[in-house]
Amino acid sequence: MSDTILRVNDIYKSFDGTGVLRGVSLEIREGEVVVIVGPSGCGKSTLLRCINGLETIDRGEIWLQDEKISGQVKELHVIRQKIGMVFQSYDLFPHMKVMDNLLLGPTKALGRHRQEVEQEALQMLERVGLKEKAYVYPRTLSGGQKQRVALVRAMLMHPEILLLDEITAALDPEMVSEVLNVVIDLARGGMTMAIVTHEMRFAEAVADRVLFLEEGVVLEEGTPEKFFHAPATERAQRFLQSFTYASKRDQAAAKPQGEPL
Amino acid sequence: MQDLGISVLFRGVNFQRLLGGLWVTLRLALITIGLSCLFGLLFGLLMLSKKKIAKVFCRVWLEIVRFMPQLVLLYLVYFGFARLFGWDLDGETSAVIVFTFWGTAEMGDLIRGALTSIPLHQTESAAAIGLTKGQVYLYVLIPQTLRRLLPQAINLSTRIIKTTALVKMINVTEVLKVGQQIIGQFYRQPDAAFWVYFVIFLLYFLVCWPFSLLAKQLEKRWA
Ligand SMILES: Nc1ncnc2c1ncn2[C@@H]1O[C@H](COP(=O)(O)OP(=O)(O)OP(=O)(O)O)[C@@H](O)[C@H]1O
Ligand SMILES: [Mg+2]
Repeated sequence: MSDTILRVNDIYKSFDGTGVLRGVSLEIREGEVVVIVGPSGCGKSTLLRCINGLETIDRGEIWLQDEKISGQVKELHVIRQKIGMVFQSYDLFPHMKVMDNLLLGPTKALGRHRQEVEQEALQMLERVGLKEKAYVYPRTLSGGQKQRVALVRAMLMHPEILLLDEITAALDPEMVSEVLNVVIDLARGGMTMAIVTHEMRFAEAVADRVLFLEEGVVLEEGTPEKFFHAPATERAQRFLQSFTYASKRDQAAAKPQGEPL
Repeated sequence: MQDLGISVLFRGVNFQRLLGGLWVTLRLALITIGLSCLFGLLFGLLMLSKKKIAKVFCRVWLEIVRFMPQLVLLYLVYFGFARLFGWDLDGETSAVIVFTFWGTAEMGDLIRGALTSIPLHQTESAAAIGLTKGQVYLYVLIPQTLRRLLPQAINLSTRIIKTTALVKMINVTEVLKVGQQIIGQFYRQPDAAFWVYFVIFLLYFLVCWPFSLLAKQLEKRWA
């Protein structure tokens, strides 16, 4: 298909002989948002890291449009310019002001002119409500602000696809929504994304498609309506139940929805 | 004589002699610091190598340097090597060897510490925005390493400057030795000793203080 952005074809990855990804396939079309969920240690981060070449894969193929990512690609950094990634830990560069964090990729990797990108960066910061923070050091920002800057930094590269790995997992609860709202805004704007998250309500709101990963295989794949309200596998049901609490007053109140952890 | 002892400093060329001695001190320290930075970089990288033997080698070197008094090392090289190998090392060369031996290990350990203090995800997020390996080092890793390293390296440098005072024991005429010579000439002036040492104290202070200010400033700025 011509509008397929990313194609992951039956990939395998093991660490020290333990299979972490065991035949994962995945296709993401332009403008599509795929959310990947699954229990801790099931290989979600590893999958995203393989996609942008931070880990090598043992078998299978990964294609970004018509470029192959897997195998011995010399020009990995060129492909990474087209794949944005934001991690769980705050990884702004602490020795640079916010603006310099934002400009590093576009000016050094893409060779664009500073003035031109700076204007664009200011507009984007304004969209995420951080225009007044453009010229401060990251250490003066809250966790939620840092992650919004990290999102802007990735977006300024105009990537074909954005990979988000639990970008709110290290945040205080009250800062989670300010970051996730930015992601939903990007999704509305047509950004292609693969998102790993433990925020189930957010997952349901943002996903076009949900992938349930367990022990390195895709156990279930479908629309958010179907996955969250009528999961097909017993494993997925149990996983979703782990996000709910039985009420103190009502013994039978365990439904597969409710407060995310 | 009714003069104050301090006047001995202004007789003849005494003050210039002291400054000359200070220059010997500084020259020795600067050469040592320069060589220590250079070899320290290699030492630091060696400490990070995956080869066990390299690590053990560095550890042993570092331990020797830490528990051995500098003076013992100076005597060992200056007197010992001359006897044992028939090398006729002058005092200053011996001092450069010993202090560089020391500085290399200490500087190397600082460099190792600074390099390992940069978390892996800094490298990864820099790679993720499409920088080449060289650019990741140039814009992200090296600047952060230097920021951690510089204040500590400056502190080590002031320690090296101070420690050079020991070389008077192996017949290098540095500032302290010059001071003692002056005191010797004016032994009839009982408070000369106080004033000469006091001025030497001031000279050391003037040399080391800016360094320590700079280190504090950098530490604050980059904290
Ligand atoms: N570099 C590595 N070396 C060895 N084992 C690793 C490495 N990276 C990941 N693993 C292992 O691979 C498995 C999958 O890890 P991964 O980080 O992909 O899980 P995850 O689904 O992202 O979990 P979480 O929800 O906790 O983030 C885990 O058992 C982990 O211990
Ligand atoms: Mg993970």
